[in-house]
Amino acid sequence: MEPVLKLLIESGHLTTAQMAQVAGMSEAAVERRLEQLKKDRILLGYRPVVDLSREAAGGSVRAVIEVKITPERGGGFNRLAERLSKFDEVESCYLMSGAYDLLIFASGPSLQKVASFVSEKLSTIEGVISTSTHFMLRSYKEGGFLINAPIEGSDRLKVTP
Amino acid sequence: MDSQRHIARHVVDLPKSGIRDFFEIVAKMKDVISLGIGEPDFGTPWHIREAAIYALEKGKTHYTSNLGLIELRRGICSYVERHYGIGYRPEDEVIVTVGVSEAIDLALRALLNPGEAVLYHQPCYVSYHPGVTLAHGVAIAVPTRAEDGFALNAEDLERAWRPGCKVLMMNLPCNPTGGTCDRARLEKIARFAVEKDLVVLSDEIYSELVYEQAHTSIAVLPGMRERTIFLHGFSKAFAMTGFRIGYACGPAELVEAMMKVHQYSMLCAPILSQEAAIEALARGEDSMKAMREQYQKRRDLVVRRFNAAGLKCHLPGGAFYAFPSVAGTGLSEREFAYGLLDAEKVAVVPGTAFGESGAGFVRASFATGYEQLIEACDRIDRYVQGLRR
Repeated sequence: MEPVLKLLIESGHLTTAQMAQVAGMSEAAVERRLEQLKKDRILLGYRPVVDLSREAAGGSVRAVIEVKITPERGGGFNRLAERLSKFDEVESCYLMSGAYDLLIFASGPSLQKVASFVSEKLSTIEGVISTSTHFMLRSYKEGGFLINAPIEGSDRLKVTP
Repeated sequence: MDSQRHIARHVVDLPKSGIRDFFEIVAKMKDVISLGIGEPDFGTPWHIREAAIYALEKGKTHYTSNLGLIELRRGICSYVERHYGIGYRPEDEVIVTVGVSEAIDLALRALLNPGEAVLYHQPCYVSYHPGVTLAHGVAIAVPTRAEDGFALNAEDLERAWRPGCKVLMMNLPCNPTGGTCDRARLEKIARFAVEKDLVVLSDEIYSELVYEQAHTSIAVLPGMRERTIFLHGFSKAFAMTGFRIGYACGPAELVEAMMKVHQYSMLCAPILSQEAAIEALARGEDSMKAMREQYQKRRDLVVRRFNAAGLKCHLPGGAFYAFPSVAGTGLSEREFAYGLLDAEKVAVVPGTAFGESGAGFVRASFATGYEQLIEACDRIDRYVQGLRR
């Protein structure tokens, strides 16, 4: 894999200056690579990993929605999936194998807001056959980070043979 | 009462570990970035920890066979065969120990008559010389050099050899230098060992963590299997230091002799650690490879930064230590390490903690995260530039 991209995936929290040091490249070269990755739509953006259920983080409500849709001649599921993805409430949207077609991760400031998104927007769109909404009750791991775990390794002795 | 007079003379005479000295000082300081840590920064992969928890839940709380669980010994033999190309019988050619440290102790106690000599290369792991002394042997240091990448040379062994040498003890890749030996050098060492009828204790604890060159064990070379005790463990490759679990493989007679010492001292390695080790061998290789990849990037980073700062540093072929020379600063390794700690709060270990041949060098472990490493390198750079003024 391209070294800058690999670093970004493994250690996305590093600054470009730090990435340059790890990759053994100039900072300018790293920035050029990042620009190219953005241009190629491989690097879509950056987001912090936050425990969204916390009051301090806005206490948003999240749901996973299974959606069955009618595929279209010529385009399959794409046109409708892309259209649904454009709603601000939709964080992620995937085409799935199995009992339903799309799996949507949605969020909103309250349960009502997410519910009304499903009942008034999502399920009323032509081509959407059915939806099944599961509200998330509690998060234990978020984007690779454990929610309630002490930071490990801090008890390593400072000098050992 | 003067308790001192009750202590055995060879213990009184043991020097205090240079690492311990340094640790006392560092432990009292705040906000130190430590490059002085000789263990992985990664936690033990969860599936391995989970196997230990499950074993505890299942009531695995008893003694095991002195040699270790047969399932673990089978796993070890298959791993050693697959990765090192040496076949051992699980029934009588492998013993599970409390870390490689215990395995080394067992081997030395099983092999040495009082006064017999052990050749070992220096700089080396802190316990080698004291370990020989505690087994009433005589340790003979053979220097390795930065210009060779701290590889071990048969010629130096020849020079150091004298009648009464019985054992050659090696640690490749080496803590603290990261030195490795290519096959050609090992072949010469093997011929020397055969010619002088030496038993070779080959501590290969860092052998998964080699970077450019594939690792070769001396035990695969002609005439060596019968005179080599292959020592290995789980601490470094699988980030399992606190589990204290290692093993020794070798000819049945030698393993049996080690087992005698082991059964009367340790009895067996802790069963939970043995269960965790079974899991590590069965499913741990992917995490091990991911960790190795990280170490390699960190190594490249620190070696480049040390050289750029004017601390001449060879590229270590294995392990997770850089061993730069501080000679260019005009300071001794101790002055440098203490000065750096005082001025910039970065801990590196003076090379002489690993024997006199470490004079003029410091050991910097890169088993720590990128941000800390980069910050440490920035501080070291600033310190070295400050010395020039």
